[in-house]
Parts: sequence; C-alpha cells; structure tokens
Amino acid sequence: MVILEVKNVSYGYSHGTPFEITALDDVSFSVEKGELVGIIGHTGSGKSTLIKMLNSLLKPESGQILLDGKDINKDKASIKEARSRVGLCFQYPEYQLFEETCAKDIAFGPKNMGLSKAEIEERVIKAAEFVGFSKELLNKSPFDLSGGQKRRCAIAGVMAMFPEVLILDEPTAGLDPKGRNELTAMIENYRKATGATVMIVSHSMDDMARNADRLLVMNKGKLAMDGKVQDVFSKADKLIEMGLSVPVSTSLVNRLNSKLSDMPTDVFTVEDAAELLSSYYKRRKAL
Amino acid sequence: MIKDITLGQFFPGSSFIHKLDPRAKIVITLCFIVALFLCKNFFSLGLLFVSALVAIALSKISFKVILKGLKMIVILVVFTGILQIVYNDEGTVLWKPFEQFGFQITTGGVFSAVFIIVRIIALILFSSLLTYTTSPTALADAIERLLSPLKIFKVNVNSLSMMMTIALRFIPTLIEEIDIIMSAQKARGADLETGTLTQRAKALVPVFIPLIVSSFRRAYELAFAMECRCYTGDNKRTRMKEMKLGIRDYIAFGVLLLLVAVVVYTSFFNTFSFFIFQQVI
Repeated sequence: MVILEVKNVSYGYSHGTPFEITALDDVSFSVEKGELVGIIGHTGSGKSTLIKMLNSLLKPESGQILLDGKDINKDKASIKEARSRVGLCFQYPEYQLFEETCAKDIAFGPKNMGLSKAEIEERVIKAAEFVGFSKELLNKSPFDLSGGQKRRCAIAGVMAMFPEVLILDEPTAGLDPKGRNELTAMIENYRKATGATVMIVSHSMDDMARNADRLLVMNKGKLAMDGKVQDVFSKADKLIEMGLSVPVSTSLVNRLNSKLSDMPTDVFTVEDAAELLSSYYKRRKAL
Repeated sequence: MIKDITLGQFFPGSSFIHKLDPRAKIVITLCFIVALFLCKNFFSLGLLFVSALVAIALSKISFKVILKGLKMIVILVVFTGILQIVYNDEGTVLWKPFEQFGFQITTGGVFSAVFIIVRIIALILFSSLLTYTTSPTALADAIERLLSPLKIFKVNVNSLSMMMTIALRFIPTLIEEIDIIMSAQKARGADLETGTLTQRAKALVPVFIPLIVSSFRRAYELAFAMECRCYTGDNKRTRMKEMKLGIRDYIAFGVLLLLVAVVVYTSFFNTFSFFIFQQVI
C-alpha cells in the first residue's frame, strides 16, 4: 500500500537574485508502507530540500505531496497532521536539544500533538526504550550527555511522536563504527515495533547496501535512479559519474572482474564478498 | 523566510562602484548622508536623489533587488509622511476633513511630507548600496583603517576590527542555524507562527536555547582555531592586500565634492528664491 506519494514536485531558492538555484526539478516517486528507502546523492543534489517537503516544512512551487492519497498542503489542519505523521530528524539533531532534562525534551513533540499527560509519559518511556536510554539518563540534562547519547536523545524526541513515516538525514554522521551500528539497530527496533516506513539520507553506500530495500538517487535536483539496491549498485559507472560510489565490496568485486571476468556482479555487503571469495578459492583449489 | 532579507547583503560584482576603495565608499556614504540632511530645497534634494539613482545604475545591481530592500521601510516612510501632514500647519489650507478636532491638511504639510519621504528613500538607497557592493570583510578592514588614528588614545583598533569582522562573518551562519533549528522544532510540531504575543515569545525558547548553546560552542572552536594559527591580537600584523586609493576613487571624491558644494550653496548662500524651500510654500 502506498503511504507517501510525491508528484511532479519542483522547488527553487532565492528567486530574483543572482543566487537563484533550482533545488528540485519535477521529482516523482511513491513509497510503500513499511519500506526502508535510502536516499543518496551528491552534496547539493536536492536531498535536504526533498525531505523538508515531505512534512510541509517547505511547500512545493509546483506539484503535490500526498499522504494516504491526501494533499498535505491543503490547509492548516492537513499540515499539522503531516507534521505528526511524518517525523523528520535533521542532520546533527543533537543541536536542537533545549529542555532541562532528556525526558522533557523527548516529550516536546508529543506535547505539541496535544496528547494527554499519561500518554506523553508512556511515549517518552517507549521512545527511550527504542534508543536504549535508561531511567537515570532520562532525568539528566541533555547538555551533560556524551555526543552519541545526545544524538540518541534527539532521535528519541522524533520517535516519541510515533510517526508512520520516519525520515532521518544522515543519522550516523560523525559517530564511531560502534555508535553507527547501534543507531542502525535502534532504527530497526522502531521499524519492527511500529511497522513504520523509514527513509534515510546517507553518504555511506555500505550502510545503504546493508539496510535499505530500495534506493532513490538524486542528481542536480532530479531523481536520477529509483530501484532496488542491487539494480542501483549494478550501475557503478553511472553512480561514479554523479560523484557517488558503490559499496566497497562491490567495487572490489568489480575490480577483480576486470582480471577474472567470471565473478557475479550482485555483491553489495562485506559478508557477500567474503562468501564469494571463499567459494571461489575452494573452486580454484579443487581444479 | 529570514534568508530573503536583502538589506545588508553583499552582491559580488565588478562594476565601477564595486571596484571603489571601501574606505572611499564609507567616507562618500557618510558625506552623502550629511549632505542629505543639510539640503533645504527641492532642487538640491532632487539632485542628490538622481545621483543616488545614477550610482545604483553604475553598480549594475538589479533594480528588483533594490526595490525589495526598500520594501522593509515602507511602514516607516508612510508613518513619517502621515505625521508630517498631520502636524505641519504652515502654508495655505487645502482640506479640512475634521474641523472640530482642529485637523487640517496644508500645503506646508504636504511639501514637508514629500520632502522627508524622498530624503529617507535616498538615504536608504545610497547607504544600502554600500553593503550591496562591499564584502563584509572589506568593510571591516576599511573601518579599521579609518579608525586607526584612535590608536593614539590607546584604543585597540585591531581587536575591535577583528571582533567586527567575526560578527559580520557569522551573521549568515547564524541565520542558517536559526533556519535549521526552527525547521527541526517545527518538525516536532512546534507552532512558531500563531498565538498571542506571549505565546509566540514562549514558543521561541526551543529556538533560542539551542542557538545560544551552539554560538558558545562556535566561539570556543573559533578561538582555538585562531590560537592554533598563532593569533595573539597584537598590533604588529601586516596585511596581505594593502588598500590603495586609485584614480576611480579620486573621480568619485570629485563628484561628491561638487554635489556637496551645490547643496551647501543652494541651501545656505543662495538668493534665487526658487531654490529656497520656505519660498516654495
């Protein structure tokens, strides 16, 4: 079932000044319920503009954005609805923390939705569970936490609204490998528990290969590719032309292929590559 | 959005005005403003207004941008105009709509309203041209050079200008930051646009606390970065680009001198009745 539909959306910045830019140019796609969609693209390709459109922080200059078949920009009520159903978590969300305690900060979203006190409390506890926050941490000031903890607190603040579509802009940027894996697991926790659709903007092709079902590739404001992970990463030349790359294991196998020419081209994760190489080695040994 | 404010923005270019020495531009702008307040008749005011328009044409900045900048002062202009009309009782009476309140519109009121409106517009046009055509760093450099005589009084001009440069440099960064934080809080359902004044002021808390926190963070980071590059704030630093007055600047000064001379002559020493404002009424 389609939950979110983007129809011929265009947008530009700074009209009438020398700095005019077309950020989005006739972009169309739709997202199924429960999907995990990755958005990749070079810096300035329009990714950030696109995700801001999806909960009406920006309004398209032309085109429409439909949530459950209804235009989200129809009136004030529909915008408010979109803001609570589509959760948006920006890059470095830890810089938006402001409350005295983490619990209060996580409660900010649910409070704005006008929920009852009991329900707000329940949601704060659930959201804290998703990101692995203990009760002790909840009562601390967000400014006393470590960088990784701040990030998790901020993401919990968005999750506490229980959005049906959760959009994250580079959620793992600036984290160490352990923190990155933990965060990916937290997002997966949320998805499993709520059946929500998740969209992730990322520069890490390896993360995308491991987690996403489907990839949207943005280039110069246009939707350049839209397809399954294997379909997108099998077009390595095209991606490199756009200033992007393929996962490390894919590029390794591609390079081996230029010498051996009998390797499969659908290897995207380190595990796949390891398996492929060990079976290749065994075959060679048997000969 | 906040980003759409054009007043005080810099538009890079290579026109005659862009290439003028920033010090010359500051001095000329100040003299122009003084001249605007000295002038007492429509002839010299018109002359100054036209020269402001000529300067804009020379700067090759699109007229749309200039008009956008003027939009911000519409309320001020209208308000001043109305006040002038209401409170000036000189000249002959044109219209008495509310006689019982002693309210009347006179020729003196209308003339002084028009005079002041033209004066404000010319002022804004000319002074915004300074920031439109001069990069913030060049502006801060020029202010430092112009203030350097104060060194005699032990004023630390270098530190002052460094502070000014940093402040100017961070305006766009902070605007961007406000934009991001506002978006993030709006995405969490914060309502920043409706409600009573107190409600709206309260709604800004989630925006300003993160902004202040990150400003301090930036300040620390910048201080470290500057110290790492051996900045100590002493007065012995030389510049990479020395400013030098060129033929362009002397031409601009010449034109200015001529304008000021005409303004002063027609406003203070002239005997032709046509030029004197009071006589027009």
